[in-house]
Amino acid sequence: MFEQSIATLAQQLRNKEISSVELTRLFLDRIQALDPQLNSFITISDELALQQAKAADTAIANGSSSSLTGIPIAHKDLFCTQDVLTTCGSKMLNNFIPPYESTVTSRIQQAGAVMLGKTNMDEFAMGSSNENSFYGAVKNPWNLNKVPGGSSGGSAAAVAAGLAVAATGTDTGGSIRQPASFCGITGLKPTYGRVSRFGMIAYASSLDQGGPMAKSAEDCAHLMQAMAGFDDKDSTSSETPKEDYLANLNAPLAGLKIGLPKEYFGDGLDAKVADTIMAAVKEFEKLGATVKEVSLPNLQLSIPSYYVIAPSEASSNLSRFDGVRFGHRCDDPKDLLDMYTRSRAEGFGTEVQKRIMVGTYALSEGYYDAYYLKAQKIRRLIKEDFVNALNEVDVIMGPVAPTTAFDLGSKTNDPVAMYLEDIYTLSVNLAGIPAMSVPAGFVDNMPVGLQIMGNYFAEAKLLNIAHQYQQNTDWHLQTPTMAKGA
Amino acid sequence: MNWEVVIGLEIHTQLSTKSKLFSGAAVGFGAEPNTQTTLVDLGMPGALPVFNKEALRMAVMFGHAINAEIGMTSVFARKNYFYPDLPKGYQTSQMDHPIVGKGYLDVTLEDGTTTRVGITRAHLEEDAGKSLHEDFQGMTGIDLNRSSTPLLEIVSEPDIRSAKEAVAYVKMIHSIVTYLGICDGNMAEGSMRCDINLSLRPKGQEEYGTRTEIKNVNSFRFIEKAIYTEIERQADILEDGGRIIQETRLYDPEKNETRSMRSKEDANDYRYFPCPDLLPIVLTQEYVDQIKANLPELPSQKAERFQSEYNLSDYDAHVLSSSRAMADYFEAANKVNQDPKLTANWVMGELSKLLNQSQLDIANSPVDANAFGELLARIKDNTINGKTAKDVLQAMWDGEGSADEIIDAKGLKQVTDTGAIESMIQTILDANAAQVEQYRAAEPDKQKKMIGFFVGQVMKASQGKANPGMVNPILAKMLKG
Repeated sequence: MFEQSIATLAQQLRNKEISSVELTRLFLDRIQALDPQLNSFITISDELALQQAKAADTAIANGSSSSLTGIPIAHKDLFCTQDVLTTCGSKMLNNFIPPYESTVTSRIQQAGAVMLGKTNMDEFAMGSSNENSFYGAVKNPWNLNKVPGGSSGGSAAAVAAGLAVAATGTDTGGSIRQPASFCGITGLKPTYGRVSRFGMIAYASSLDQGGPMAKSAEDCAHLMQAMAGFDDKDSTSSETPKEDYLANLNAPLAGLKIGLPKEYFGDGLDAKVADTIMAAVKEFEKLGATVKEVSLPNLQLSIPSYYVIAPSEASSNLSRFDGVRFGHRCDDPKDLLDMYTRSRAEGFGTEVQKRIMVGTYALSEGYYDAYYLKAQKIRRLIKEDFVNALNEVDVIMGPVAPTTAFDLGSKTNDPVAMYLEDIYTLSVNLAGIPAMSVPAGFVDNMPVGLQIMGNYFAEAKLLNIAHQYQQNTDWHLQTPTMAKGA
Repeated sequence: MNWEVVIGLEIHTQLSTKSKLFSGAAVGFGAEPNTQTTLVDLGMPGALPVFNKEALRMAVMFGHAINAEIGMTSVFARKNYFYPDLPKGYQTSQMDHPIVGKGYLDVTLEDGTTTRVGITRAHLEEDAGKSLHEDFQGMTGIDLNRSSTPLLEIVSEPDIRSAKEAVAYVKMIHSIVTYLGICDGNMAEGSMRCDINLSLRPKGQEEYGTRTEIKNVNSFRFIEKAIYTEIERQADILEDGGRIIQETRLYDPEKNETRSMRSKEDANDYRYFPCPDLLPIVLTQEYVDQIKANLPELPSQKAERFQSEYNLSDYDAHVLSSSRAMADYFEAANKVNQDPKLTANWVMGELSKLLNQSQLDIANSPVDANAFGELLARIKDNTINGKTAKDVLQAMWDGEGSADEIIDAKGLKQVTDTGAIESMIQTILDANAAQVEQYRAAEPDKQKKMIGFFVGQVMKASQGKANPGMVNPILAKMLKG
């Protein structure tokens, strides 16, 4: 049951083969049984979930249901959920119960989905291994000694282990795609502006984008139907009409032009991962696609550029966590300065403090031009690279990450190695284009994700391409052994 | 040493939009703390700003009024600093690309001379909340009602050379923003606040001296006084061979002195950068032109029109047009009595006197323009004379009714019937036969002085109601015998 697709479950719910309450209980039981091994949830909202499931059953009985009605899903603990603890993986928000609902979670709720709980994540979405959470590291369901990726590691692990049908994630530099790749699920980072950021606790506002994480492209499409679209509460939300993400899933791929950026296959890429990606590309050729080499010459600059822009924005975005109105406040502050410094020193973890420091430095007087402005110029070059490449081909394919999931603790003391994990994903956020991670095979029993990058607002196209691939492969249907234990 | 003062002003003008600059919360003064707030004003995690386009329209109006370049692409930037009443830890403002660029104002001084003050820029920004230190037993209360209230910060060039010029400039800005209807101009409630940058240099020297900035001065009078005391303070230091420290100072009106708040060394590095939550504002020429075409009449235009249309003197026209409320009052009253000179004299004279005594603004006058016009109409048609009219105005002020009601009730109507005046005069002449004899025997020169006695007697007998314009010639004729 836990391995079924959204479409199948929706059918079974409509046919009264199962009720949403039963389905929700099933997943809550699985969370109870298996999550102690994974630590993928920060909050389990079981009472609320059962209430929503009851309401969903009523809606289904009344014939007023959508494909998400009654489907149990999980939300990354970065989306504000009214009256439900929202921590962003931080001690700073250990006591934060939002008085409002984010646009994404509200739209999914209105579509009738059931919220099982809030998933673990790197603190304030800063990390590539989910080891930066105040609530402890998340384990990879394929190997409990390995990281699930980050920052949406909880969502990825929960979906991979069958603790939720699907989940939401957010992606600032790869935080949906990399954990999707590491955990063998399908994830989509939409075009910047496609999904509202209202109610998403900001890390780097010009890069953050929410998106779906699920077992298949088709399931992602179901979530996108609800999540995507203009929101007048987010000034950076796009007024471009949203597409029907389900309508063209079955369009044939004959004639599809795929670009392989040579920079994605150079030094640093694990040879077996490279083979896996090339095998996936071969599969597309069988489906009628043509392949050519393209170039993204400024790829190497995406890491320094990203690690100036994102921390700069973060240093400002995280200023509101000052102990004055919400969140952690230190005990017995002597004076205002003491309250600020101790509340923030106690509330923020090491990685967050590091990025606030870097960002504060990059924006300070005398350094702004050399760092922030320069990084923005590089960002423009990176964007032009993608625009040029996408003039030649329909989509760009490559690996999501240089390796499969690495061992817990193996990179925590080497920040540069950790930052290099994001080399293939960061540039997509800097350019603002959409990209997916699609399960494409295994290396040493660990999943490998294929990255598919497309033009602005080409989400439907990406989902179509991924879906066709998944109609002809079964990598996305594999289930980790631990998930079968309950 | 002969010092020249160099002044530049930053005026924070609160725009009178219905809702805040980045949220739908209402803007208002005096509401219960934290009742006029949304998630955005509270700086809630995940909340995002949405720009209020009404503030944009107002800023562009102001740009046109000061002959400025309009920023066709303007960008909001974050000014980062920590303060408890700054909920997001940054103020959203504009830095490199303000909505209003270079402009200028020709400021008319009291002596009638005009000086041009350059305006560097005017930019949109959000206000912070308020910290309340009283009533919390050693703790501080935070009220975020004012958070995200729209401000237009108007920055002048260092073109101002005296306290008088500074006040005239601020008054002119005040008059423009109230004329445009983009600010209520209420300085007591903080709708206009002024930062004064001031330095001294020996007369004739090109180079500027070290300046200080006096923060948040909120009345015309305090601006003038703060400037005088700061000039004196700086001159004392310089003349003793000392150096001015670049710093931020505060003016204390009770002690009439400025005090140091923080020095340049303590100044924040605000780490400005473009706000990633807001898109650049890109204007079309059509939008800018349309606002220009619909700009209301400005003070200087109104003064010119008052001279040509109503034949008023340059002085009267400027005084009456100095505030939109006074100009509107004048025009409304004049419409009733159709005598611009009479109306101008009475608005600037008797009415202003009463308003000053009660410390009321003309907009809050207990006698409205229409009622005032009716009173003046009764002077014009000789129903009452000027002296009686002052009494009637006082009664109207005290709420006793309209001019006509008071004139009727108190029987103040002037006697204009020739027969009645003649019989009144005859009674006086009969009762003062000796004086009449003296008069008739006197030289014409002396007669002119002596006639005043009889006029006085007649006016007294008529209880002031006899029309003096009629009494004089009739009396002169009857005295001749």
